[in-house]
Amino acid sequence: MNHLPLIIKREYLNKVRNKSFIIMTFLSPIIFMALIGVVAYLTQLNNDKIRLISVLDESGLVKDTFKDSEHTTYHVLEDMSLDDAKDLSKETEAYGLLHVDKIQDLKNLSKHITFYSEESPSINTISDLENQIEAKLTNMKLLQNGVDVDMINASKISVEIAQESFDGQKTSKIDSVIKIAFGGALGYLLFMFIIIYGNMIMRSVIEEKTSRIIEVIISSVKPVQLMLGKIFGTSLAGITQFLIWTILGFILMFVLSAVFGIDLAQVQTPQQQMVQQAMENPELNMRIQDVLTAFYNLPLLNLVLAFILFFIGGYLLYSSFYAAIGAAVDNETDTQQFMMPIIMPLVLAVYIGIFTVVEDPHGTVSTVFSFIPLTSPVVMLMRIPFGVPIWQQVLSFSILVGTFMLTVWFAAKIYRVGILMYGKKPTYKELIKWIKY
Amino acid sequence: MSNLLEVNEVSKNFGNFTALNKVSLSVPKGSIFGLLGPNGAGKTTLIRVINQITMPDSGSVILDGEALRENHIRDIGYLPEERGLYKTMKVGEQALYLAQLKGLSKTEAKARLKYWFDRLDIGDWWNKKIQELSKGMAQKIQFVVTVLHEPKLLIFDEPFSGFDPINADIIKDEILHLRDQGATIIFSTHRMESVEELCDDIALIHKSNKILEGKLVDVKRQFKSNTFEVGIRSNNQPELKQELAQKFDVSDAYFKTLENELKLNIKLQDSQKSNDLLGFLASKGEVSHFVELIPSVNDIFIQTVKNN
Repeated sequence: MNHLPLIIKREYLNKVRNKSFIIMTFLSPIIFMALIGVVAYLTQLNNDKIRLISVLDESGLVKDTFKDSEHTTYHVLEDMSLDDAKDLSKETEAYGLLHVDKIQDLKNLSKHITFYSEESPSINTISDLENQIEAKLTNMKLLQNGVDVDMINASKISVEIAQESFDGQKTSKIDSVIKIAFGGALGYLLFMFIIIYGNMIMRSVIEEKTSRIIEVIISSVKPVQLMLGKIFGTSLAGITQFLIWTILGFILMFVLSAVFGIDLAQVQTPQQQMVQQAMENPELNMRIQDVLTAFYNLPLLNLVLAFILFFIGGYLLYSSFYAAIGAAVDNETDTQQFMMPIIMPLVLAVYIGIFTVVEDPHGTVSTVFSFIPLTSPVVMLMRIPFGVPIWQQVLSFSILVGTFMLTVWFAAKIYRVGILMYGKKPTYKELIKWIKY
Repeated sequence: MSNLLEVNEVSKNFGNFTALNKVSLSVPKGSIFGLLGPNGAGKTTLIRVINQITMPDSGSVILDGEALRENHIRDIGYLPEERGLYKTMKVGEQALYLAQLKGLSKTEAKARLKYWFDRLDIGDWWNKKIQELSKGMAQKIQFVVTVLHEPKLLIFDEPFSGFDPINADIIKDEILHLRDQGATIIFSTHRMESVEELCDDIALIHKSNKILEGKLVDVKRQFKSNTFEVGIRSNNQPELKQELAQKFDVSDAYFKTLENELKLNIKLQDSQKSNDLLGFLASKGEVSHFVELIPSVNDIFIQTVKNN
């Protein structure tokens, strides 16, 4: 008798009707949006403040250098001692005081500049000041050495290497960024999905054990069927939740931008600026175009197919582990010991994806780990945007499916014995023994 | 009468631990079969083998003339000792789900559930969640779910635990009713008085081995020791006791009576007849009490387990 559809249906409905599931589904996007809003608001608050920096330049060489910017104004002090300047800065509630000693030698001067402040200043402020002074002093030094600054500026040449593959496909640096972002997003999505819904499967197995219904069910269906039904039912619930999140996210975004149009425009300050600059600058305008072409240049069909297959394969592989763990223990606190071996390869995969694949998508490390079944779903998904030969994808997927079958068999064994064991937490040795029963 | 269930030399090991050692049983059709044994004897493992939850290492199980296979799941109803229900699911939904797992169609399951819910007077629980019900109430639902698909073989493991005396009685009557309708019932319990009351046959499992099996009356006959419990009024009781001790195997007995009689257990030799004893007693005084001691299941259980 095949009860799989019946079990899947129950698991699905049970998850979807669960109050906390419903609340999470509808509240999460709102909370998420609210968080973004708060962060944006706070950034804006910070940005609105204009910093006042006092400058006491006893050498008189750099005092004209500083140009007021959007967030900083400079107040140049003249004819007073350092102590007076400090007091004055404190009184005017200045962010800090930049002091330059009375030295005329340019080279020596660089070692006699000090920034005084109440609290330690932000790195940005200091490096901004350093840059400005450096530029000024360098220019002065060049002049002293009789070099024509205008000529140097005129002689500067900026190089941008055009990239093209052997079969004629044009690419650019933007391409790589898009690929990394896209692959990374997919890999990370899988990682999150496995952890969230794997845990959900585990909890649902434990729930059946603690409510003692398991033996009643097991006398009607094969344990493997129950386990698979659980995995599929929970996964469907997970996909439902993800879909709702995506749709809600778009709707919320739309509503927010419609209602608080101006606010949202400010929320996206950095991007907004980039777009504005792009409009003004023809060269940057090209860049936007590049982003779009880069996106279309991605092996999209391959990506979508691979995403679906590797996502399902990887998820099922891990969720069978989660089901087995749930069966082996009596309560959630006992799961920690068994979680480690699952989380480790997942984290490893994400790290390899972020560090190694980005550096060298077709290097030995990336390639090897895109074949090892525990890491292959994440690593392969991150590699595919860079173009992976089909045979590698097929081979990796075959290994994944083979391993999946093996782990389901293995997990089912542990599951079958574990669900009827109560009381003590098993050791790894006992788990191995169970497989032989 | 043929046997509904035959267990032939079933063995099961878990690692080094032997849970069942060549256990054989015959459960006659239409009977209530008491499966007894101390804790950890292997009863649950045997029941799980019959339910195909656990696969035996060797031996076979024959149900109604056929070797046990997957289709037989719907011929068996099992109420495990460790039992429960989904806490957050509604009673009706849950019962429907479990019934469908046993192979009933949804409409069929609904009709039968309605019948049983009315019969046990629990119709208004349909939309309640299990966590709102008391333990006894949940047990009733589990009982209904177990018998709903009208299996040939019913296995009840401690069916009365958690019930108050009134509900235990209701369930007991239902079990007898099911037997009368033709179901065969395996009944595992530590409550010997209910074995006494319900079972036609019993088997005793101890330390993975079956050490006793048969009709309850036959087993009792086998264990009876020809001992009679006797009460007699006499003017000189110590003297009478001494006189009796010379002729018979005598020990003190303890039972409640209204008068202060001489109370004795008298064990007869094979050559001695009960009528001879009664005649002898009657000639010595007024006999107020004369009962053959039939061993209770409890005594048989304790005696057999201790001797093994």
